[in-house]
Amino acid sequence: MSLAEVVRPEVTRIRASGGWRALNLAELWRYRELLYFLTLRDIKLRYKQTALGVAWAVIQPLATMAVFAVFFGKLGNLPSDGQPYALFVLVGLLPWQLFSYALTQSSNSLVAEQRLITKVYFPRLIVPVASVLAGLVDFVVALVLVMVGLAVFQVVPSFAILALPLFVLLAILTALAIGLWLSALNVQYRDIRYTLPFLTQFLLFLSPVAYPASMIPEQYRIFYGLNPMSGVIEGTRWAILSTAEPDWGLMAVSTVVVTVLLAGGLYYFKRMEKTFADVV
Amino acid sequence: MSDVAIRVDGVGKQYRLGGARERYSTLGDQIRKWTSLRAILTRRRRTRDENHPPFWALKDVSFAVKRGEVLGIIGRNGAGKSTLLKILSRITEPTEGAIDIHGRVGSLLEVGTGFHPELTGRENVYLNGAILGMRRSEIVRQFDEIVAFAEVEKFIDTPVKHYSSGMYTRLAFAVAAHIETEILIVDEVLAVGDVQFQKKCLGKMGDVAKGGRTVLFVSHNMGIIQTLCQSGIVLSRGSVGYQGNIAGAVARYHAEMIRPSEVTFPRRLSPELSVAEFTMFPQSFQLGSPANLTLAVTSPTGVVIDHLSVLIYDAVGTRVSLVDLRADSGPYVLNAGDTLRFNVRLDPIQLVEGTYSIGLFLRAGFTGGDFLSLNEFEITAPQSITTQYGARGYVALTCDFDAETVSALNA
Repeated sequence: MSLAEVVRPEVTRIRASGGWRALNLAELWRYRELLYFLTLRDIKLRYKQTALGVAWAVIQPLATMAVFAVFFGKLGNLPSDGQPYALFVLVGLLPWQLFSYALTQSSNSLVAEQRLITKVYFPRLIVPVASVLAGLVDFVVALVLVMVGLAVFQVVPSFAILALPLFVLLAILTALAIGLWLSALNVQYRDIRYTLPFLTQFLLFLSPVAYPASMIPEQYRIFYGLNPMSGVIEGTRWAILSTAEPDWGLMAVSTVVVTVLLAGGLYYFKRMEKTFADVV
Repeated sequence: MSDVAIRVDGVGKQYRLGGARERYSTLGDQIRKWTSLRAILTRRRRTRDENHPPFWALKDVSFAVKRGEVLGIIGRNGAGKSTLLKILSRITEPTEGAIDIHGRVGSLLEVGTGFHPELTGRENVYLNGAILGMRRSEIVRQFDEIVAFAEVEKFIDTPVKHYSSGMYTRLAFAVAAHIETEILIVDEVLAVGDVQFQKKCLGKMGDVAKGGRTVLFVSHNMGIIQTLCQSGIVLSRGSVGYQGNIAGAVARYHAEMIRPSEVTFPRRLSPELSVAEFTMFPQSFQLGSPANLTLAVTSPTGVVIDHLSVLIYDAVGTRVSLVDLRADSGPYVLNAGDTLRFNVRLDPIQLVEGTYSIGLFLRAGFTGGDFLSLNEFEITAPQSITTQYGARGYVALTCDFDAETVSALNA
């Protein structure tokens, strides 16, 4: 074993911190490789020991689309902003499934990594962030599926598609914002694990996945935007399908809500971080 | 640059028994105590709760470690060693006090943290390395060395779930052993793998200790501690009971061990048999001394004991001896409530120094099999022994010898 080269002695100060620890971006940056390896691990493990492998990333949105198209499109006769209903739903599911997967994984992440948390130090923020990022693989597969759908229904996207990454980012931030709250709460209260399925299902119907936001009466649209996913999904539809421009008031409300949730989530997470190893 | 690597100043850690220490609670438990949402979110205002009295796992701990010093931290179970290590590794925060650490810290509280059975050996080396704080370039540079050390070259691209447990622990240790930080914090992680590999691990730790790095080392194995460390700290009940050279620390530790152990009796083995007492006296003695073993078993139901033996295991779980306590006259017959008591005088015990655990083998009525780790005792090495720990096998044979040099000139 070679000697440790004493390059530049770092000084670590350990103190009891009152309140919360400030977000240490320099430290997060130093641990970027751990974030990379944890994300890579989650991606590699996602479809390990399944017969169909990554095909599941296609089957899930496709099956959901079929169910929605039959029950809401055909039987329920829901409007779809002038697009084929199946395609309309498929595009809505694209950010939705990214969000719900990322939210579920990140909320359970700290508890799932309790071995790591009680044995090694690293910025705990890495854990929920890594599980959110791992959801991007499914997203890419689903995006290809959407492109196939566009070809089948012969829809050509406009320049608005350049705005797509923005809405993807917003979906990720929304999942992370709620995930930070729930993962930290989950450390103390395992009730979160049982609440999650209800929460995601509830949000699914509150979000314009199976129906367009234009169905909501004009005067309530602003309140509808309080669910950040309604802004994300409306925006994604606009970007891909060139539907009518989304309600910008609703978009603004969604963005503000995400920002507030994220800031609050970060604060709460940092505040509780020091107790994770003792409580989990 | 100061020559102090770690300075610990008045550190204390408070847990709330049944509060912060309980694994987790449900919202339902809290509903009775709901005072405000804030209280639930931060679990505040419960400090004065009479049901959860505060408990100081560490109190007013201060010491300094010089650069390049190899410091052993010893103490009985529950003395606060693990808590101290967790605070030094930044896994948990101290409740009070301050610590300054000069240099990069690597801490090994467990080998194989973050290993995932579905990933290959190669993938796990990278993941585990990153978890332990190694940079990617460091791992790449040392990858071949790690794999060679673990002796798993052929299987490096096989998922580790197909590894034997020996291969698994060897690989896990190998990654840990290649951490190159200036300061290393090591918990008892040495006893992994077979005897051959344990020696290799000890050798590696010896190299680390001699390599000029600052090492904090926690172990129950006085042999290893004495071989590797120059100075030592004895923790007792959360505070520093001794600080100084390692020989003094070990002596202090043994003095504490003689006090009645925390093992509690009676211990129920089965509905028909309990151990009322099972202790080696003294609990700590020097190699080659005689010792006494007291054993008392009671039967609430009444039982016939066909076979009863004491089993002695070393610290890594190898059975080193069996003391047969069967009588020539036949089985022991106990009526309901009877106690069977043994006082066993053991002739000078020639086992090498270390911690040993004692258990029982029983065949009695419906009770049968091995009952391990019922108590422990410790053998210390006389000052005269200088051979490295781990090199001496299991038994210290006593002998007499003549040596003669036959000069070639006279032949």
